[in-house]
Amino acid sequence: MIISVASGKGGTGKTTIATNIALALSANNQGIAYIDCDVEEPNGHIFLNPEMQDAREIYIEVPQIDNEKCTYCGKCADLCAFGALLCTEDSVITFPEFCHGCGGCQYFCPAEAVTPIPKKIGRVEKGLSGNIIFARGCLEVGAALSPPLVDAVKARVNADISILDAPPGTSCPVIHTVRGTDFCLLVTEPTPFGLNDLNLAVQMVRTLRVPCGVLINRAHNGIGLIEQYCQKEKLPLLMTIPLSKRIAEAYSRGVPLVKLDKQWEADFRQLYRDIEELVAG
Amino acid sequence: MKEITIISGKGGTGKTSIAASIAVLAENHVIADCDVDAANLHLLLNPCIESKNNFWGMPRVEIDVDKCTGCGLCEELCHYGAIKSGKVDVLCCEGCLVCYHACPEAAVRLVENLAGEWFICSTKFGPFVHARLGIAQDNSGKLVAEVRKQARELADREGKELIITDGPPGIGCPVISSLGGTDLALVVVEPTLSSIHDLSRVLDLTSHFGVKAAVCINKWDINPENTRQVEKMCSEVNVPVVGHIGYDPAVIAAAMKGKPVIQMVSTVVEDIISLWHCMQEELGI
Repeated sequence: MIISVASGKGGTGKTTIATNIALALSANNQGIAYIDCDVEEPNGHIFLNPEMQDAREIYIEVPQIDNEKCTYCGKCADLCAFGALLCTEDSVITFPEFCHGCGGCQYFCPAEAVTPIPKKIGRVEKGLSGNIIFARGCLEVGAALSPPLVDAVKARVNADISILDAPPGTSCPVIHTVRGTDFCLLVTEPTPFGLNDLNLAVQMVRTLRVPCGVLINRAHNGIGLIEQYCQKEKLPLLMTIPLSKRIAEAYSRGVPLVKLDKQWEADFRQLYRDIEELVAG
Repeated sequence: MKEITIISGKGGTGKTSIAASIAVLAENHVIADCDVDAANLHLLLNPCIESKNNFWGMPRVEIDVDKCTGCGLCEELCHYGAIKSGKVDVLCCEGCLVCYHACPEAAVRLVENLAGEWFICSTKFGPFVHARLGIAQDNSGKLVAEVRKQARELADREGKELIITDGPPGIGCPVISSLGGTDLALVVVEPTLSSIHDLSRVLDLTSHFGVKAAVCINKWDINPENTRQVEKMCSEVNVPVVGHIGYDPAVIAAAMKGKPVIQMVSTVVEDIISLWHCMQEELGI
């Protein structure tokens, strides 16, 4: 079972929810993995304190031009859809930060002057937090290309139950996280911001054909807003976590909910069982 | 013309609430929302749409089954695994067009791709440019660039001296696209361990691109000890802390009402005014 936790917007509590599900399930289960796919800003380690065991650097292939062979015909630059090559009269300048590694420049170069060379975009780290398998991707600062890193971190773990912590937003890195998962849990806040972003996230998840459900975090008297939306969209409302200064303070110190109160452990296990039922149909 | 871009390592730190309030306080300016993935500023500014425009993304590819001989070259060349048995999975396609250029039968055709929309609006607090990226579209960086270009053109046309930009979270493609050529990046941080961790990455990014940064600590009083840690971190890398905003439920109440928090009765009003004065000083305006 692979569950992704997403939200449209950042700061709604995705990491809190994802780490707490993993902690609750791991209390008497083996084979639980928490995978931090928010490669721009991975934060799961703050709550899980894993001991890292290995790290692997992730590269994409970017072009290197052999000036001896290059005839400056400009074909590579014309064909590059990402503007990663610029051909002048006597040189070809490459912009590796724009390169998506499609290999087109190499394939089409009539002079065989292009060789792919590796460019580091980040690293994938793996370790253990108690009996939770922990993995995360960490994007190199200044690298714009996170989707290949998201794919790499997903591919590194194979567990019975994997909880994927998604990046914020609804574009490429999130799509790469949610795609292929069995269920997507959407975390939202009961504010007009939360509703706006939840709606975008729901459309994204539906495009990917992944079943989803909603969890309301920091619930206060505005909860009706989200409830109505869920009813209208026929989305299961799976759990509600109240707005509480005690929880906020614990969060600011990196203390997970399941350690704050035993009841949360039971609640998150129930959440998992509910998701299991939904997936089984 | 000067441009301020409000960013944060972590989402949900209060960028949009601060951007809306600064938009109320500033004069002779254009407002832009560059968080095209999950744009929210319009919810506080009550904009009136003056023009709605299409954003064309990278063209999509489609395989013409009548021309295709099934040679499999496209599938072999695609580095993204987007072509399987002569069919293109648009969600995997990066739009590199290698298949289009390579197909010996010219069986791959280009399809125009409406990837989003951008809007020019009027608001009580000045003209406003924002956008909406289509669902499951890539290219948020390119749409950010479009919003910024439109905001600059609008500022030029109307003789505005300042652009206030609400940026996206993170350190990736859309943020990089939001930062180039900005005069000041205001980084909003909360005194939580996650937010502090992300702050160091975002400050690495601003320094990597040579953008002047200043920090504002939102909800500083939920953890004064962590607030001191943020201040220490900033002083070590010579980044000024230009604002401390206290915790006040009035911020959520303002969002529920769809108003900038500066228009509410709240203790944060003074904090935001003082933040704005410090930012003006940093910018020399």
